[in-house]
Amino acid sequence: MDSVTPFIVLSSILFTIGAVGVLTRRNAIVVFMCVELMLNACNLALVAFAKQHGNLDGQVAAFFVMVVAAAEVVVGLAIIMTIFRTRRSASVDDASLLKY
Amino acid sequence: MTAFYILAPIMVLAALGILFVRKAVHAALLLAVVMISLAILYAALDAPFLFAVQIIVYTGAILMLFLFVLMLVGVDASDSVVETIRGQRLFATLGGLVLGLTLVIGVSQLSLGTVVGLTDANEGGNIQRLANILFSRYVFAFEVTSALLITAALGAMVLAHRERITPKATQAATAADRVKAYAETGAHLGPLPPPGVFARHNAVDTPALLPDGTPAADSVSRVLAARGTVRAAPRDVEAVQRSINYHPDGTPTAEDGPDGRATGSTTTEGGE
Repeated sequence: MDSVTPFIVLSSILFTIGAVGVLTRRNAIVVFMCVELMLNACNLALVAFAKQHGNLDGQVAAFFVMVVAAAEVVVGLAIIMTIFRTRRSASVDDASLLKY
Repeated sequence: MTAFYILAPIMVLAALGILFVRKAVHAALLLAVVMISLAILYAALDAPFLFAVQIIVYTGAILMLFLFVLMLVGVDASDSVVETIRGQRLFATLGGLVLGLTLVIGVSQLSLGTVVGLTDANEGGNIQRLANILFSRYVFAFEVTSALLITAALGAMVLAHRERITPKATQAATAADRVKAYAETGAHLGPLPPPGVFARHNAVDTPALLPDGTPAADSVSRVLAARGTVRAAPRDVEAVQRSINYHPDGTPTAEDGPDGRATGSTTTEGGE
């Protein structure tokens, strides 16, 4: 049986790309997509470790991550829409009212 | 592992594409590529339930929600390239490289031991075994999940709801406003001219021609004009008449029919 290490490496790469995306992109929706990418990378690691240990708990954890991600996306996108409605912009730089 | 080595480069490229594409819609489509590939990897990792859930929940529901909000917020809302914090992009990339290298080197150095595999754990069906665990050991977390989902649905409704502050304009009020605008500024009272009238095409991107042959700017949508996809109208009335082979003085050329249109060769053959 072959190792699950390549899956973990791929998961790390995807997580890193998602993290860099959150830091560099300015559009709030794209930032959100990068957060989803990070969650997905974690799911891949969970499922790979479930296979490594022969234990379904990892898959249950991945399932819960998906549920929480769905709830998070619904509320997050509603917040983005509300901000867009009042400020006419989806950029994360424009919502800086607390700074002043 | 064949699936992995085919899909892994595609996933990394698509994920990198999310970082670099300008338009948010393209980022969403690249994310869809990553998610569908992930679903196939789940299937390769003996997780058929998560394979289905990944496609249904992530690709089906969450990405569609993303696209839906993109359409509401404006597809052309592309990223600005102005850096608010100086050097943020550079430092973020450097930090990302450090994090990625640390993770990749660390993970590839440790030995995980032999893979146990899920053949034993999946005995009797992956979904049945997952349900056994979910409804015994994790039943409390599962119930809390339902509360979370209801809260999220309520939150989305409250956040996305907009109270109407001004009363809805009735038809009578709209008509009164129009007449008022006509009395004050002389704005045109009737409807706008439809596109393509007296022009060569009747497509919506072709402006109508006024009686003097000039294109009517009001007859095409402002959106099309802003995009710059408005077709050029024929230069003058003569150009239109030439293009449809119309002769106003009633002297059609030899190959023209009585209505001013060119007669087809079949009619000529039928007349013989």
